[in-house]
Amino acid sequence: MAIKCGVFKTNYKDDMAIWQTKAVKFWLALFILGLVAFPFVFKDSKYLLYVMNTVLIAVIATHGLNILTGFTGQISLGHGAFVGVGAYTSGYLMNQFGAPFLLCVVAAGFVTAIVGMFFGIPSLRLKGLYLAIATLAAQVILEFVFIRWRDVTGGNQGLLVQPASIGKFAFDTDYKFYFLALFFAILSTMVAKNIVRTAPGRAFMAIRDRYISAEIIGVPLFRYKLISFGISSFFAGVAGSLWAHYIGIITPEHFNVMVSVQYLSMIIVGGLGSVVGSIMGASFITLLPEVLRALSNLFSDKYPFLVNAFGAIREGVFGLVIILFLIFEPDGLAARWRTIKNYWKLWPFSY
Amino acid sequence: MEMILQSLISGIVIGSIYALVALGFVLIYKSTAVINFAQGELLLFGAYICLTLVTALKIPFWLAFFATLIAAALLGFLLERLFLRPMIGEPIISIIMLTIGLASLLKAVLHLIWGSETLVFPDVFPTEPLMLGPLSISQVYIYSVFFAIVCLILFNIYFRFSRSGIAMRAVANDQQAAQSMGISIKRIFANAWAIAAVVASIGGILIGNINGVNSSLSSYGLKVFPAVILGGLDSIPGAIVGGFTIGILEALAGIYIDPLVEGGSKEVVPFIILVIVLMIKPYGLFGTEEIEKV
Repeated sequence: MAIKCGVFKTNYKDDMAIWQTKAVKFWLALFILGLVAFPFVFKDSKYLLYVMNTVLIAVIATHGLNILTGFTGQISLGHGAFVGVGAYTSGYLMNQFGAPFLLCVVAAGFVTAIVGMFFGIPSLRLKGLYLAIATLAAQVILEFVFIRWRDVTGGNQGLLVQPASIGKFAFDTDYKFYFLALFFAILSTMVAKNIVRTAPGRAFMAIRDRYISAEIIGVPLFRYKLISFGISSFFAGVAGSLWAHYIGIITPEHFNVMVSVQYLSMIIVGGLGSVVGSIMGASFITLLPEVLRALSNLFSDKYPFLVNAFGAIREGVFGLVIILFLIFEPDGLAARWRTIKNYWKLWPFSY
Repeated sequence: MEMILQSLISGIVIGSIYALVALGFVLIYKSTAVINFAQGELLLFGAYICLTLVTALKIPFWLAFFATLIAAALLGFLLERLFLRPMIGEPIISIIMLTIGLASLLKAVLHLIWGSETLVFPDVFPTEPLMLGPLSISQVYIYSVFFAIVCLILFNIYFRFSRSGIAMRAVANDQQAAQSMGISIKRIFANAWAIAAVVASIGGILIGNINGVNSSLSSYGLKVFPAVILGGLDSIPGAIVGGFTIGILEALAGIYIDPLVEGGSKEVVPFIILVIVLMIKPYGLFGTEEIEKV
């Protein structure tokens, strides 16, 4: 199971392969096994399971945003609201029509995809900064709808949602839900990894790198931008649906502009245009406040002001992390991981 | 009718503050091509500093006002030097994210220092309202519109006649050409941030005198987007026109649309206008159109 110490590929097929070597397959299998074993080991810690579940849901949504922003180059400040659209759709369908959970997830994905594509229409004419502002408008408008369309969303009081269930089996505890979230997270990772290897995926990257050239070599810009918005929002919708059935009550403040910013920071920290990066970034940004909370609890005996100031400290550290990453590691954790791997490949004779 | 006029007046006042914040925003965009999501936090910073100087240190308001402007300028220099300069040449999304991170960091620091309660300015302006026929206008309103207009005129003069103002316009127009004429681009960038911080804190002090100061004031940083998009991202007159227009439209929405949707339309109407403007006229009323040639 040794790691190869150089590039020995002789054809394109090998170069494009997902399983570059047997060692990769082995380590990945071990990683997934570890993830599956996690709840058995920490069965009693509701808190740890809760944190892991939120990480897994964040991973799904982040894959979506990374396809849009990292691979297609379209900045979206409305991802949080799209997750919200998924959550409300799923909750409403289950409450009003008694739809089964799996149907709700798929429906939430499609409805969110349509909403996302609608708000993606301005992307035909707008680029960069202007698109960021247009999606910010989408965020504000959708948030307003969440609060005011009380018949569907329950307004500020929120919407009570039944836990997820397949057949008679209800995923109503953190422990049970973990497996559902893990399944969807792995599925979404596989889908994301494969989408970027297909023709549309290559078209996305062409648009990101130089859209005028992309158009000249025959990539219809508008269609692919819309597809990208659609796919990205589909992921957001699925994540939102899972979130709704996990938390049990959805309120508008779960989907405000700060949430959108958090998703953006996940792909920045993880690495734009990297599927592995989405996973790393989502984990990092979700775990950050939890680690801070643990630290602040640890020191709160000595420095009691920490308890009151925790919210501000969390926000400040969040901002600082984004800034430091952008200045010192603009390609994110995924790039850092690659550097470390390459270092060890040739160790100890790195020349 | 009186009610409508009354809220129109408050719309104009709010609009004047939007115009000020938008001015700083456009300034940064024009000369450095950076969209500043932390403009609202700069506003908050100015409001807090001035408030502290007036209430805790008992400095007369006018002195405190100018001291705040100096502090804001220093903050602007500092932010540019520490955070923005390393980012020169990075992609747009990174720079947008950087200013978002900056907003988050600044807000946290301000929160740690001043807490979350609403702090109120002592009565700086005469409290007796001015009667204009049937309308009563509080004097703070008049002062703040007056101030905003004075600032806008001053900045227009600055850009038209002063050496550094002209240099700034040159950099905005064409960085390379400006550099080859011997203008230091780094200094211009630093100036742009300092001026933006100064203008934002004037807005902060004015709005602080009207509404009191708490962290929700930083939402003005987001509300300024509709104004600048309407006016054109890179146009100073556009920022002024856009600011006043959005302020007035907000006030009108408060009267005519709020009853239909049970309130809250003030938050969302500017953004709906924004989407419409982007669809019809992406470069706003006065913005320069970008024409791409292959």
